[in-house]
Amino acid sequence: MERNPARPLTDEERTNVDEVLAGLGFADTTPERRHLLPALHALQAKQGWLSPGSLSYLADRMGLAFPDVWGVATFYAMFRTQKPKGPRVQVCNDVSCRLRGGEALLTAMEVRHGPPYRFTGAAHSPAGGDGVMGDSVATDRLVIDWEAVPCLGLCDVSPAAMIDGRVIPNATVAGIEAAAVKEGREFVPGPPVYPPAATASAPEVRRLFARVEHVDPASLADYRRTGGYQALLQAIAMGPEAVIAELEQSGLLGRGGAAFPAARKWRAVASAPGVHWVVCNADESEPGTFKDRVLMENDPFAIIEAITIAALTVGAEEAFIYVRGEYETAAARLENAIRQAEEAGLLGNDVAGSGRAVHIEIVRGAGAYVCGEETALFNSIEGRRGEPRNKPPFPTEVGLFGGPTLINNVETLANVPLIIRDGAAAFRQYGTARSTGTKLFCVSGQVQNPGVFEVPFGTTLRQVLALAGGVAPGRRVQAVLCGGAAGTFLRPDQLDIPLTYEDLQAAGGTIGSGALMVVDDSVSLWQVVLRVADFFREESCGQCVPCRIGTQRQWEIVARMAAGRERPHDRQILHDLGAVMRDASLCGLGQTASNAVLSALPLLEKGMEA
Amino acid sequence: MSVTKTGTVTIEVDGRPLDAEEGATVLQTLRRHGIDLPTLCHYEGLTPASACRACVVEIEGARTLVPACSRPVQNGMKIRTNSERVRRARKMVFELLASAVDTSTYPELQAYMREYGADPARFGDDVARVSEPVREDNLLYVRDYDKCILCYRCVEVCGENAQFTFALSVAGRGFQARVDTGAGTPLPDSRCVFCGNCVAVCPSGALMPSIEYHMREAGTWDEGRQQVTTTTCPYCGVGCPLELHVQDNRIVKVTSPRDHPVTYGNLCVKGRFGFAYVEGAATAPVAPAATGRD
Repeated sequence: MERNPARPLTDEERTNVDEVLAGLGFADTTPERRHLLPALHALQAKQGWLSPGSLSYLADRMGLAFPDVWGVATFYAMFRTQKPKGPRVQVCNDVSCRLRGGEALLTAMEVRHGPPYRFTGAAHSPAGGDGVMGDSVATDRLVIDWEAVPCLGLCDVSPAAMIDGRVIPNATVAGIEAAAVKEGREFVPGPPVYPPAATASAPEVRRLFARVEHVDPASLADYRRTGGYQALLQAIAMGPEAVIAELEQSGLLGRGGAAFPAARKWRAVASAPGVHWVVCNADESEPGTFKDRVLMENDPFAIIEAITIAALTVGAEEAFIYVRGEYETAAARLENAIRQAEEAGLLGNDVAGSGRAVHIEIVRGAGAYVCGEETALFNSIEGRRGEPRNKPPFPTEVGLFGGPTLINNVETLANVPLIIRDGAAAFRQYGTARSTGTKLFCVSGQVQNPGVFEVPFGTTLRQVLALAGGVAPGRRVQAVLCGGAAGTFLRPDQLDIPLTYEDLQAAGGTIGSGALMVVDDSVSLWQVVLRVADFFREESCGQCVPCRIGTQRQWEIVARMAAGRERPHDRQILHDLGAVMRDASLCGLGQTASNAVLSALPLLEKGMEA
Repeated sequence: MSVTKTGTVTIEVDGRPLDAEEGATVLQTLRRHGIDLPTLCHYEGLTPASACRACVVEIEGARTLVPACSRPVQNGMKIRTNSERVRRARKMVFELLASAVDTSTYPELQAYMREYGADPARFGDDVARVSEPVREDNLLYVRDYDKCILCYRCVEVCGENAQFTFALSVAGRGFQARVDTGAGTPLPDSRCVFCGNCVAVCPSGALMPSIEYHMREAGTWDEGRQQVTTTTCPYCGVGCPLELHVQDNRIVKVTSPRDHPVTYGNLCVKGRFGFAYVEGAATAPVAPAATGRD
């Protein structure tokens, strides 16, 4: 690759890039393209932002074109191409937090610190990319450059904020200010922020959550003492065919949202020609969803064991865990689990004496909901913009680096060791004939005790809401957004619906990720619908026309309806637009971007002002 | 795109059986049989971006509509090319685009809009548009991203599909995504080599040779009065075929035939822009290095 035309580059920028690449093991060599995201993360951690000069020099060092690297850097919301003034302060702007005091927090932050920075996806700033973030004027008191960001996956401690990767649970303006003064970008993984109940109360069960609170998530010894790694040894003894057969028997469906039979994916990859890959999709960014974070933070070895079994079964030597960028504690705990498993001979060149090699690498996302879509996720691991690919070909044939790839969600994988260890029959004791096993539901929004609850499929929505303490006394449920932003609103008369794939499908809804965002009768539903429309507009990758322009138009129309300025044909346009986005968008983001809005329309008679 | 001819399969199109070459796309197959579909981002020879979704068709058994430009045919495939569902999607695609970008130099899109009865005004008159300033930072071509439909053609032709210059990438995200030279770098300072192949593949007039751009501005551009003369580029030994577009006895544009096995429509800066010497006058473009930038 010809070098990029010279840009202004300071000695400091050059040194920073060289040190970052040396830290990744490329002091004198050219990194592969897949090291671009790790390099961008490290460079931003060092400089606080990604200056055009440093990106151009990084492109030179990596043998890439500067526009290409710039295109990647500007795709991800976590990467900043404008210089920030202080530590990174992110305040959740999404549905669950807004419903639990977040709305007031955002307003109070704006009063004291001016309007927030919001990732707009701009290709470059008018100043050529080297402007300074925010437009707040420094005064004698502390002025924080803060960001309003999509769901942080901290809905159990809402309203939530993060400062340089540190979680601020139940955030207040005073708390944020106090934490922001203590600058310093050194990240120290905190304790798991999951506040579980001491004992499970019916209908709650503890399979996936058996170790939560009972073991030290950093201890391999604890994990093994509680039945960990039995499944791996069994799987090695059973052989791939028997493992897949057991999985098939269990009826396990993918827990990421699409509910695809897990065994079918495993079999397809195992029998495909070429170099195989395994990917764990830990890019949990569906608003209102935080189950995978809780699993990874509390039981990281289970995920590592599951990935090891998957790799041995489908014949892959390399596996990746793509963890959403904000989940630093989860990533740190998984990293620790990988190191310990390697030292114990349960991972690495000879897995548990099987003579087979499995290596697991963690890749951090950088703030893009669309990267939860499997092919966008592959592009992101490969160091590209997280734009989804056309399907077919499907990942089982052409996936990561062009090879057959098994990609499963964290919760799906977490079920695997239990199915192997206890057998498919034990798994099927829970749930219904078609929706087998247990499911993690994330209850958030206007309930008294938001959290993750593991229940058998078939438990009713009312029962699950009760586990979270229900709505506040004197309030009633107005609607439940089921399945995340890509899900649908359920009405109060649907509270007795059994939570199964088949029952929700019959009701025109979806289990989705297992997010249940509760809206009581104290707020306008318009406010929730408007934020959902805003979310999709923010998160569209921009590749295909129906989603790129459609999500923008959907938001504009919802905004004017919410403001009481509905025009005669607005509802019809939303229906047309929704149908076409569902029909003609390139990926699942656009295809589901109208679900919540369209399901809310019958519940919304007039605008906010009306 | 290369087509591997491994055999013939049969598909059903709008109830009619048709033979198809295995490995060909649905679009290639339909066009070979004289059935046309609207396309915007598609450009034969470039990797299909499948981004505009204008060519979507209904395939039996598929949950969503399918872009014909990239989907390979399969034996027994049943396709509906013009159903209500398909037309609704195409109409919406045209409406969305026209509500966001300037279509004034995009006659094909205007024709599709008439054919499908598209009404972009129905979203309201206060909706966000792409709204980009005209970028004229060199004397050879003008970039008016207000007209850009993000078809990815320029990015592909500048990169792995032809030129391997990699001067362009899509930057940003969502409604704000734009074709970019990297941090908005002016073209003369960028990786651009001014081959103009991006201009040649741009469907919407977002990229336009400066002469054409300014003649259109002045209202003097008139393709009806232009003659096209074919000749061979004299600069080097490759011998690229040139098409000289001449209006009022002046060369106003140079292209190369898309179906020619030497160029496939591509040229270099000399062939595409270096024709000043023909007229021997100082009125024609000069090299980018000599230009100022705004």
